[in-house]
Amino acid sequence: MIGGLFIYNHKGEVLISRVYRDDIGRNAVDAFRVNVIHARQQVRSPVTNIARTSFFHVKRSNIWLAAVTKQNVNAAMVFEFLYKMCDVMAAYFGKVSEENIKNNFVLIYELLDEILDFGYPQNSETGALKTFITQQGIKGQTKEEQSQITSQVTGQIGWRREGIKYRRNELFLDVLESVNLLMSPQGQVLSAHVSGRVVMKSYLSGMPECKFGMNDKIVIDKAGKGGVTDEVGKSTSGKQSIAIDDCTFNQCVRLSKFDSERSISFIPPDGEYELMRYRTTKDIILPFRVIPLVREVGRTKLEVKVVIKSNFKPSLLAQKIEVRIPTPLNTSGVQVICMKGKAKYKASENAIVWKIKRMAGMKESQISAEIELLPTNDKKKWARPPISMNFEVPFAPSGLKVRYLKVFESKLNYSDHDVVKWVRYIGRSGIYETRC
Amino acid sequence: MPAVSKGDGMRGLAVFISDIRNCKSKEAEIKRINKELANIRSKFKGDKALDGYSKKKYVCKLLFIFLLGHDIDFGHMEAVNLLSSNKYTEKQIGYLFISVLVNSNSELIRLINNAIKNDLSSRNPTFMCLALHCIANVGSREMAEAFAGEIPRILVAGDTMDSVKQSAALCLLRLYKASPDLVLMGEWTSRVVHLLNDQHMGVVTAAISLITCLSSKNPDEFKTCVSLAVSRLSRIVSSASTDLQDYTYYFVPAPWLSCKLLRLLQCYPPPEDGAVKGRLVECLETILNKAQEPPKSKKVQHSNAKNAILFEAISLIIHYDSEPNLLVRACNQLGQFLQHRETNLRYLALESMCTLASSEFSHEAVKTHIETVINALKTERDVSVRQRAADLLYAMCDRSNAKQIVAEMLSYLETADYSIREEMVLKVAILAEKYAVDYSWYVDTILNLIRIAGDYVSEEVWYRVIQIVINRDDVQGYAAKTVFEALQAPACHENMVKVGGYILGEFGNLIAGDPRSSPLVQFNLLHSKFHLCSVPTRALLLSAYIKFINLFPETKATIQEVLRSDSQIRNSDVELQQRAVEYLKLSSIASTDVLATVLEEMPPFPERESSILAKLKKKKGPGAVSVELEDGKERGELNGGGDRGGDAAIAASNASTPSPSADLLGLRSAAPVSGAAPSAGSLLVDVFSEAGPAASSAGVNDDGFLSALHAPEASDSPLVEGPGDSDSAPPSAASEDPAPPLPESDELLNKFVCKNNGVLFENQLLQIGIKSEYRQNLGRMYLFYGNKTSVQFVSFSTTVSCPGELQSQLNVQTKTVEPLVEGGAQVQQVINIECLTDFIDAPLLNIKFRYGGALQNISLKLPVTINKFFQPTEMAAADFFQRWKQLSQPQQEAQKIFKASHGMDTEVLKAKLLGLGTALLENVDPNPENYVCAGVIQTKAQQVGCLLRLEPNAQAQMYRLTLRSSKDTVSQRVCDLLAEQF
Repeated sequence: MIGGLFIYNHKGEVLISRVYRDDIGRNAVDAFRVNVIHARQQVRSPVTNIARTSFFHVKRSNIWLAAVTKQNVNAAMVFEFLYKMCDVMAAYFGKVSEENIKNNFVLIYELLDEILDFGYPQNSETGALKTFITQQGIKGQTKEEQSQITSQVTGQIGWRREGIKYRRNELFLDVLESVNLLMSPQGQVLSAHVSGRVVMKSYLSGMPECKFGMNDKIVIDKAGKGGVTDEVGKSTSGKQSIAIDDCTFNQCVRLSKFDSERSISFIPPDGEYELMRYRTTKDIILPFRVIPLVREVGRTKLEVKVVIKSNFKPSLLAQKIEVRIPTPLNTSGVQVICMKGKAKYKASENAIVWKIKRMAGMKESQISAEIELLPTNDKKKWARPPISMNFEVPFAPSGLKVRYLKVFESKLNYSDHDVVKWVRYIGRSGIYETRC
Repeated sequence: MPAVSKGDGMRGLAVFISDIRNCKSKEAEIKRINKELANIRSKFKGDKALDGYSKKKYVCKLLFIFLLGHDIDFGHMEAVNLLSSNKYTEKQIGYLFISVLVNSNSELIRLINNAIKNDLSSRNPTFMCLALHCIANVGSREMAEAFAGEIPRILVAGDTMDSVKQSAALCLLRLYKASPDLVLMGEWTSRVVHLLNDQHMGVVTAAISLITCLSSKNPDEFKTCVSLAVSRLSRIVSSASTDLQDYTYYFVPAPWLSCKLLRLLQCYPPPEDGAVKGRLVECLETILNKAQEPPKSKKVQHSNAKNAILFEAISLIIHYDSEPNLLVRACNQLGQFLQHRETNLRYLALESMCTLASSEFSHEAVKTHIETVINALKTERDVSVRQRAADLLYAMCDRSNAKQIVAEMLSYLETADYSIREEMVLKVAILAEKYAVDYSWYVDTILNLIRIAGDYVSEEVWYRVIQIVINRDDVQGYAAKTVFEALQAPACHENMVKVGGYILGEFGNLIAGDPRSSPLVQFNLLHSKFHLCSVPTRALLLSAYIKFINLFPETKATIQEVLRSDSQIRNSDVELQQRAVEYLKLSSIASTDVLATVLEEMPPFPERESSILAKLKKKKGPGAVSVELEDGKERGELNGGGDRGGDAAIAASNASTPSPSADLLGLRSAAPVSGAAPSAGSLLVDVFSEAGPAASSAGVNDDGFLSALHAPEASDSPLVEGPGDSDSAPPSAASEDPAPPLPESDELLNKFVCKNNGVLFENQLLQIGIKSEYRQNLGRMYLFYGNKTSVQFVSFSTTVSCPGELQSQLNVQTKTVEPLVEGGAQVQQVINIECLTDFIDAPLLNIKFRYGGALQNISLKLPVTINKFFQPTEMAAADFFQRWKQLSQPQQEAQKIFKASHGMDTEVLKAKLLGLGTALLENVDPNPENYVCAGVIQTKAQQVGCLLRLEPNAQAQMYRLTLRSSKDTVSQRVCDLLAEQF
């Protein structure tokens, strides 16, 4: 189990240090600083073993979060906890930065006491935490309220308190996906996958029961078999359904029901939460295609031409497009011409960065650059790193579709139709690279 | 050197550096550097001409980036361009960049060399200096090739500026050190030497470094520098401190130059010219005098400079080692430093004194400081100084103060630093041995040593104690007593147990009379330590136990009980188990006589260099120990372990010696038991060596062992054969003349053809045992005359004679034996044998003594046969047959066909052929039944190659033996000898 948790700033100064177990000494704080933060060689592994002590770290901007243990813990659990910890902190005071951590250290210690007990992770649901860890002054809680909190926290549904009332019952559902790609210069897909999340924000009264449905292949096939005609089932499964490789759910989802019926039903926490995470690798819609053309003219010149094609419905608009074209290390000058957007040679990053604000589907755009090179003594050839790309599109590249989201609340007098539901799809680029 | 004006600072560089220093993270720094590199690349693009200033600035930035640890792969060309600039600062940066970044195989090297050449030939001294510095800094072979010819010319040219000369001298020194073969001084030598006369002190200082280096390689060429150096030195030393304005350092005139001059003089022997020598002695005296003067300044620099010269002068005095007066003065001066406040001075003083102590003139003077040195050893805070003090004590030790020094070192050892303990232990051990007046003191000291610093006592130390105790009769009793007492301590070190086990096993009988140390008490004491010891020690203790059985029959039951216990006889360690089993059997089967022979007292060890000294030498490197052991005159081979052949019975503690128990079971029967293997000549080994093969064929069980002992083919083993023979031996004739050889002496001779050790002769009165070893054409034979009666033999004398032509063939030297042999005692005689040429007869041994008034006169043949001088030769089949064919002349071959007189056991045959001294060649003869051997007989006159083939016929019980050698007599003789063996 986690023996201690440290938060450092970028210089390696300790901002927060909380030790949960006796086997972690004070020197562990320094050991991590010396061996990881100040290491000569940048430490790339998130897990470091120093003197039979394991350090698990994540970095958020300039802040290092490190969990320490001497035992053989489940590393995935520790990282899950660290991410959760970041989320909780972000929910309380916004961006996780040195400034914010310094201003909220009392709160952070309070949180740490709550979400980690003797090294065992506890309830880290923000909504629930916010009911008893508040940033306001202590307000006199009646005995009733206290017992209510106790029963809720220790009860079966720890993530939602009773007696929530909204005038307007609303539900926001975001499907956030990031698409990763590695493509050969000839346009062959070497590897591609989508990792997605379903994030919800619910403002519902009472203790509603929700049911979420999407175009999961297994569910659709099952429905198709049991359905009226096979043809319909085939057509839906052929085009509309997707194969999900693996998925994880929020604690509120009833797993037994998912196992038996493949249906996702849950009592939602109040406020924002992540309902599920999933990954797909088949039939991915690649929103952009990058076609590179690199020509070496003698030893001192390089001609680069890159064409990008958008590959989705013309009615949709992609945003925040950025293409990064690496340049050789001996570049002495760059001339760029592009038809759309802005392009610039960034010497500090050894790359040409081409930015386009918006681009509709089924369009193409191109950039051409002339790179002057300085003759060097080295005979080493340029390694040609891949061209990478960033973008945001308003659909799910995996093809996931929300089929329904039903809300049942038997005790209160509102029905599924009364709930206002908002659904949004956002597809972002993960590591989206094309070799050149 | 032109001063750098203020406007020359490069603002861009300063901004860049401060940017980098302000970077918060590594990534930010890399980004900043990438940006700067891109900027420089765009500037260096070539289409626009850069002015010298910007070029310098960018090259500087590149250099800075490179020094931060990033790769730089451009800008070299710009740096080379800077070399041709006329501005000092630009040129300087160019040279700096090239010295740091140039790689020798670059194509730019030609351009660089060109620029350097231009600068060297320019008349501008600063440019010349820059070029010289660059050559020295790069110092590569290419540089040496290009400029090794040029620089000496600059160095000795009359019109070269002084500052350039200095640089040239140092540059040449650097090139010479890097590639001495390219720097040929030749015609420049004398002119370089005359630089010592230069007006400019800086030039002299630089030149002297060069000359010192050159003259250490070829002193003869630079001999003339001695007188020049002396005169230069005397001018400096006698000058007032104000004379050498610029070169006076805190009132000391030219200290660096003086030191270098003194060091140069240390490369040469004392000058032969009287005048020069007088002047030098005068100088040295002046330096010593100056040391006595009150300091002119309280500053530490003043005393440092003064002392530096003084120490160099003292090392020169020590180097000459011919002026007693100066040596003593130097010693006294150092004595003053011994109590100085400065730790460094104390260290240096002790170090110099160490060398002084080895000089005959100053040894006495050094000895007067013994109290101070001992004090330093005890109270000094710095461990390195303590180490020097220990070294000095070791160096100054002689017979007069040995006891004191050894005692002090011993007492210091208890608190000594761990790092120097082992060395201290070795030193104490050596001193104790070297200056031991009475050996009881020696034994006390070493036992104390083991007690105090057990872990740091190496094997050699306790080997040596045992060697000395065994070789010195007078100390054996005392040693046994002391060891016994030392073992009574509740906790004693394992090394102590080893010494105790060995010594009590050998000499426990000497103290057995005392009821407090009765045999059983001794045994119980040893056995109480048994379980705490490591395996090698336990093995040694087991050997000690079997010796106890021999020494004290009354302990037999107890010890057998111990050996029989499961923890011994079923020990998981093979060595221990085997020893336990064999010793148990040996003690229960063998008669007391056999036991007494097997477990005879160790013969004295041959004198040899102390193994401890060898170890110390190894520790410190050759030459560090200048003192030799006085009694170690004969420098034998450096045998790391203190073991020798004779103690194979206990040598299991040393893995290099074959384990005796292995031989007992004949497992090693295939290994050569040749005469040339001296360490295999253990008595115990030999006794069983012939029984071995039978045992192995019969299996490893007890019965096999037993049958081996009594097997018919082992009939010539002294174990069983001895008493039988004695009955048949006729009483010898009582005449003064040497009796004719005994009738059976030829038979006795044959017994020893294939072995080196055993019982040569035995009757009711006398037993003669033999141990012999042979190497090349030399042999040494130990004869042990044992008086079997209880009455002493009077006027005991032995002579060895070589009848007839043997006199010219064999050179035999004997040492006389004591005329009195006590009842039950044994005397030893050493016979050295040198084989001059091949021979047939054996030398005669004549023994005369009076027993109860009757004169006994026995003549025997000494078992020295030609085959003893065999050296085994390994060769392949093809090789063998080629040589076989070469020796095809009829007289070169000798053949015999004879009937087998013993069994035709393969293992026995093999062992015999090996015992002959030849190498048994496997897989040579197409018929696997046959045996093929090869060897070379070493005589002083010549070497005789010898090939042998033995073809047994099992059905007919016949052998055919064929011998071919380059000499007919040899073939015949070896054939005759060998025919008797099978």
